[in-house]
Amino acid sequence: MNPEFQSMPEAIAPTIAPMPARERLETLIADILAEAQVQGVTATEAAVSFASALSVTVRLGEVETLEHHRQRGLAVTVYFGQSRGSASTADWRPEAIRDTVQSACAIARHTAADPYAGLADPERLVREIPDLDLYHPWALSAEEAIDLARECEAAALALDPRIRNSEGGSVATRAGLVMYGNSHGFCGGYPTTRHSLSCSVIAQDAEGMQRNHWHTVARDRTELETPVAVGQKAGRRALRRLGSRRLGTRQVPVLFAPELARGLIGHFIAAIRGGALYRKSSFLLDRLGTPVFPDFVTLRERPRLPKALGSAPFDSEGVATADRDVVSDGVLRGYVLDSYSARRLGMQTTGNAGGTHNLIVEPGSLGQEELLRQLDTGLWVTELLGHGVNLVTGDYSRGASGFWVEQGQVRYPVHEITIAGNLNDLFRGVVAVGADVDMRGGIRCGSLLLERMTVAGE
Amino acid sequence: MTTDTLALARQQLLAPAGLGEDALHRTLSCLLGHAIDGGDLYFQQRRAESWGLEDGQVKNASHAIQQGVGVRATSGEKTGFAYSDEIVLPALLEAATAARAIARDGGGTRLQVWRSTQRPALYEPLDPLETLSADAKVCLLEAVDAEARRQDPRVTQVMVSLAAVRDTILIAGSDGTLAGDVRPLVRLNVSVIVEHDGRREQGGSGGGGRVGYGWFLDQDRALGHAREAVRQALINLEAVPAPAGTMTVVLGPGWPGVLLHEAIGHGLEGDFNRKGTSAFSGRIGERVATSLCTVVDDGTLASRRGSLNIDDEGTPTQCTTLIERGVLKGYLQDKLNARLMKATPTGNGRRESYAHLPLPRMTNTYMLPGEHDPAEIVASVERGLYAVNFGGGQVDITSGKFVFSASEAYLIENGRVTRPVKGATLIGNGPDVLTKVSMVGNDLKLDAGVGTCGKDGQSVPVGVGQPTLKIESLTVGGTQA
Repeated sequence: MNPEFQSMPEAIAPTIAPMPARERLETLIADILAEAQVQGVTATEAAVSFASALSVTVRLGEVETLEHHRQRGLAVTVYFGQSRGSASTADWRPEAIRDTVQSACAIARHTAADPYAGLADPERLVREIPDLDLYHPWALSAEEAIDLARECEAAALALDPRIRNSEGGSVATRAGLVMYGNSHGFCGGYPTTRHSLSCSVIAQDAEGMQRNHWHTVARDRTELETPVAVGQKAGRRALRRLGSRRLGTRQVPVLFAPELARGLIGHFIAAIRGGALYRKSSFLLDRLGTPVFPDFVTLRERPRLPKALGSAPFDSEGVATADRDVVSDGVLRGYVLDSYSARRLGMQTTGNAGGTHNLIVEPGSLGQEELLRQLDTGLWVTELLGHGVNLVTGDYSRGASGFWVEQGQVRYPVHEITIAGNLNDLFRGVVAVGADVDMRGGIRCGSLLLERMTVAGE
Repeated sequence: MTTDTLALARQQLLAPAGLGEDALHRTLSCLLGHAIDGGDLYFQQRRAESWGLEDGQVKNASHAIQQGVGVRATSGEKTGFAYSDEIVLPALLEAATAARAIARDGGGTRLQVWRSTQRPALYEPLDPLETLSADAKVCLLEAVDAEARRQDPRVTQVMVSLAAVRDTILIAGSDGTLAGDVRPLVRLNVSVIVEHDGRREQGGSGGGGRVGYGWFLDQDRALGHAREAVRQALINLEAVPAPAGTMTVVLGPGWPGVLLHEAIGHGLEGDFNRKGTSAFSGRIGERVATSLCTVVDDGTLASRRGSLNIDDEGTPTQCTTLIERGVLKGYLQDKLNARLMKATPTGNGRRESYAHLPLPRMTNTYMLPGEHDPAEIVASVERGLYAVNFGGGQVDITSGKFVFSASEAYLIENGRVTRPVKGATLIGNGPDVLTKVSMVGNDLKLDAGVGTCGKDGQSVPVGVGQPTLKIESLTVGGTQA
């Protein structure tokens, strides 16, 4: 540690590399398409991206890392009839573009013709690109970033003498620009920003150490939680884990905290993706139009919410995004498809090439305390460990920690247990959706109260 | 084999940009213009391809080139880092100026004279992408698909992927390090779905290493993975719900060594121990396992996926003993944490790419063999679980709790392996799980070469291994309470 280090000896503003002009990326797309035409392809699509970022971590009051990031990307897919090939590079020089297109072409000469392959249908491409207000650059200097990270960590350390160690407070800001174009004549792109503040600290007592963290993330820095709020949440979350015990093996109702409920919805989405469906590797095959949740559950996709973290005016093949219901009244209304998987299933793309855009589980009316009362006696899960999810069968088994609850009251923290069940049964067994929505990502969901899971422990 | 990999790396990374040693000197001197303890430049070019088969045909393939240079400056516990995807002198100097800003100007250490060490290489500096023609790659994938489908009419889907990477790196450090490496890596993965009476199950198998594609053609390896994937999937068709609760667990040899990676390895990485955030912090010399257990991290195994001639800071890899006859012996170190802990780097400083900072990471982590016949180990268990294949795992290094998820497991009843059970996650406590090891088999096996480890958002290839192990009590996360 260097106790003398208090301020930056040398100004290094602006802190993140300036973005190239949008026209530069449009020109690159045009150059790629032109080069592909020279190579005799029948269709081409290309994406070019640029991002720059600054991230800082302060640990125990001292700077630990100061990182400057600047990334470029260029990717192309070419088609000779129904055969395709892809290639990518970070090099934007003309000779690199030529080499990359040639690599893609060389591959396409060896791949088999696939009747479903090809660009998105021209009529589905976005016509007017709305401004979704996703770009709010933060002129953050390294000094300011360090101060914020330090303030965030200090708030956690000041909370309680049992918080004695830390993995640090961090601040990151990122700005990016992506451009997509294809040989249907489409070319579009838009800039985005993403800023975050996070903190991870360790609480210690005679029994041992427990770590926990919190973070806030937004496209506009004015929407971030304050450094003090983030630090204090991280600290409280670490403290409440002290004194964790194990549980005996049993079957009980389980309440998933909002940040983990988002993960459950993520597994649901993974099982209704086109790729999983046409490969028949999903536990939700042939379920369109049938109940998959209880009738009070509604899941909507709202891709064009201003400023939202999951927003996009078009997907990664240029298809316009649009509002839709994925689940309403508990019934599965639509899959998650791109043009390729849609063709294979004899359906239409849902504008989900590259992923989903703002999935929102309609919140219920109960807050956390009311949900704990409804849980009555059971497990409140606040952290999960591992990846024990089988999407072919729906079998779910993961490490967990959280709290044992009796008669609606938190009794003690628990750890070194697993929770298990089958996702089909878990989704049908949702008892309540909370009003306590976690907004920090592309899936927004409140707590989920599930009827029953198997807890394995002592 | 001895090859001048440094010369190869210079030729590939520096020569095209007209960069010589003067440019390396100038950039490092720029870094050292501030009160910096040390710094390094990491030049990298990565060439990668992947070919994918489904529906019996190779329909997807891609090729990628990535190159750049990462510039790092360290001062005390502070690290400044910047990188560029253009390998040219102005970009190097710009990155150095950004990285050195963690310390005030003036008074840096002196640049040491270059020294480079050469030792017999663990793998050939080849470009694996060029070791088979495109037609032959397609034929290989088709043969694997046919072999899988030939095994059983219940096979409904076969997905095969074949991938290769060639990484060329050059490291120049202010401590005089000048080293280069050319690292080939190939991988084949087979995944199948089987269906019977409306029930669907999956199975998978794969392998690879720091070799050319020809390795898959030798000894029937590629087709062997096809048969193995189908065998696993068919067994899962018969699986009954897994038990829930704490019981005796016998782990098979090879990939189940992911236990050691999660329960032991991560907790012994230098960064967590320097900061005192690991459940193993300050416990060197203490008993953390029964005397049957000796665990090492060995980056020097020829051609293995987790092996490296030098780590990403230019330190030659080694075999580090982590636990010797049950006693905690050592940590895994990169240069920064070794310096701060007054220890010696162990060749475990690894990074995903030039755009990431090095961290202490594992290479090939395994337990040495014991004396028991594996059959004798199973026969000693009255009621328990026999787990032979696993997916991934995860660990909370501070509390020490870890999980790993079985993908092929059986019940042991009265000393005999009986019914297969569905996959389940196993959970335990790292610092005491090995104190419950009561028998160690004589059948040490390393995994087939598909492991990838994630830490702080960075992925690196690793290996694991172990002999058959009997753990007296471990919690099994099934559904049958």
